[in-house]
Amino acid sequence: MSTATVLLTDTSKHYGAQLAVQGVDLTLRAGERIALVGHNGAGKSTLIKLMLGLVRPSGGRIEVLGEDPAHGAAAARSQIGYLPENLVLQPSMTGRELMVFYARLKGQPVSHNQAILERVGIAEAAGRRIHTYSKGMRQRIGLAQALIGKPRILLLDEPTSGLDPALRHSFYEIMGELAHGGATVLISSHALAELEAQSDRIVVMNEGRKVADGTIDELRHFAKRPVRIRVTMPTEDANLPMRLVGNAAQCERIGKHTFEIRCASTAKADVVRRLAASPVPFQDIDISSPTLDEIYAHFLRHEVRSKAAE
Amino acid sequence: MKAVAIIAGKEIRDGLRNRWVVAMTLLMGTLALTLTLLGSAPTGTVGVSPLSVVVVSLSSLTIFLVPLIALLISYDAIAGEMDRGTMGLLLSYPVARWEVIAGKFLGATAILGFATIIGYGAAGAALAITGGEVEPEAWGAFAVMVGSSILLGAAFVALGYLASSLVRDPRTAGGIAIGLWLFFTLIYDMALLGVLVADQGKTVTVALLNFLLLGNPADVFRLLNLTGFSNVSLFAGTAGLAEQLELPKAALAAALVAWSAVPLMLSALVFARREM
Repeated sequence: MSTATVLLTDTSKHYGAQLAVQGVDLTLRAGERIALVGHNGAGKSTLIKLMLGLVRPSGGRIEVLGEDPAHGAAAARSQIGYLPENLVLQPSMTGRELMVFYARLKGQPVSHNQAILERVGIAEAAGRRIHTYSKGMRQRIGLAQALIGKPRILLLDEPTSGLDPALRHSFYEIMGELAHGGATVLISSHALAELEAQSDRIVVMNEGRKVADGTIDELRHFAKRPVRIRVTMPTEDANLPMRLVGNAAQCERIGKHTFEIRCASTAKADVVRRLAASPVPFQDIDISSPTLDEIYAHFLRHEVRSKAAE
Repeated sequence: MKAVAIIAGKEIRDGLRNRWVVAMTLLMGTLALTLTLLGSAPTGTVGVSPLSVVVVSLSSLTIFLVPLIALLISYDAIAGEMDRGTMGLLLSYPVARWEVIAGKFLGATAILGFATIIGYGAAGAALAITGGEVEPEAWGAFAVMVGSSILLGAAFVALGYLASSLVRDPRTAGGIAIGLWLFFTLIYDMALLGVLVADQGKTVTVALLNFLLLGNPADVFRLLNLTGFSNVSLFAGTAGLAEQLELPKAALAAALVAWSAVPLMLSALVFARREM
């Protein structure tokens, strides 16, 4: 197992009576892409701010690269890249000036800026003032500043909200490269579907608590959400698919010749084999695993139920 | 310390870019030149050096104008950046919070210093060019006036930062800044005068008065400039006061520096506890 870069132990944060983060244990490791998902107000941004020392924990311990972020920790912060949610940059500066300012603050040579600007695709507009930038360009320059000095930890708060699909793709590509190079990349988002393929691990937050933490497969396993198999079989016998799949699955007719079968993911292969052995061959089959959205919804429901039981 | 210089440099560039520096320099230069050229006309017959007159008029201008400008460039510095969200990003960099305050303070004071030296310097230059005999002591008084104007500005920049780091909403910081300006330039002296008149010299001794005057940076500035030089105090009508006061110039200058240092340290302490 690779080195832990961020370590949160029973971390809490409250603002007066309002609990923003409650008893979160979390370990982030080098080379990992972590998706931090949750509703607005679930505590994602607060968790990131705690890691940066922008807010102090009300309880528990935080260690980032071996230091406590709320107390100095300048050495750790020189190895962190941060892209805040709703990024605001000084409108009168040009992209290039902004990069020079931040590179100097990080003690990094200004000569590396050009390569970063090219990598995020904003080099051509770097001479223009930021107030002339589109939303996508502002996010690009925001990502560029976060990449200064090859950070070991990248904390990106809703980095792709409001971006077009092509730009999102290029953002994820860069994040993947960084994680491959050994960086810890934490992305908070409520755009769950797109994070599924872009993260090694998913942490679900709800009302300040961590309600799930694991790889997408682990979460699928825990959530026990069924796999959906949609099959088109030109048969007049509505009960044929039901007889074929047997007890291992539930079958429902949803069109004249279309049936939806729900089964546990462990039974998936068996169900497909049984369908393939049908006397009336199927014309089309579509298998969909539970999406991150469904898994997320499951963990939220579970959380609500366990709270109601308390 | 490097971060302090980087942040100060950015403040100066921002000041140049948003034309604050130009506007301040032009304003101070215009007012100073107007006072110099119009105000020195009647001095020919009373035997006072025109430069002493300029020191008196510019000092009176400074007491109202410099604190106002200083508060205007400082009240938004912390609360505004926190409100807009740029402070969070800045503090995610390896920068200590006191370095942010110190850097901003140095930048703002440099801008104010530049505007004062150029603006008031233009008045001095105009006087030197238009001729008239000026004794060396008057030039000394002029130099002290320019230097203490910058110190006065620095003190109000620091007070502006204190207001800015105490509140979350920049508009509230703006309100506090206006209150500070009114308090120190008008209310404090009126209240002090009221107390002196009501007291009839029974409890307020000279020592206590000295102490009370040190409690207002604008008064410290006034004392330093209007009573510090005999010619100036004669013309300013403060010669009587000058004899009564026992504060040496160095103590007054030190008091002005303390008026920058203390609010600045308080502001750094408050800001260190703030959450983004």
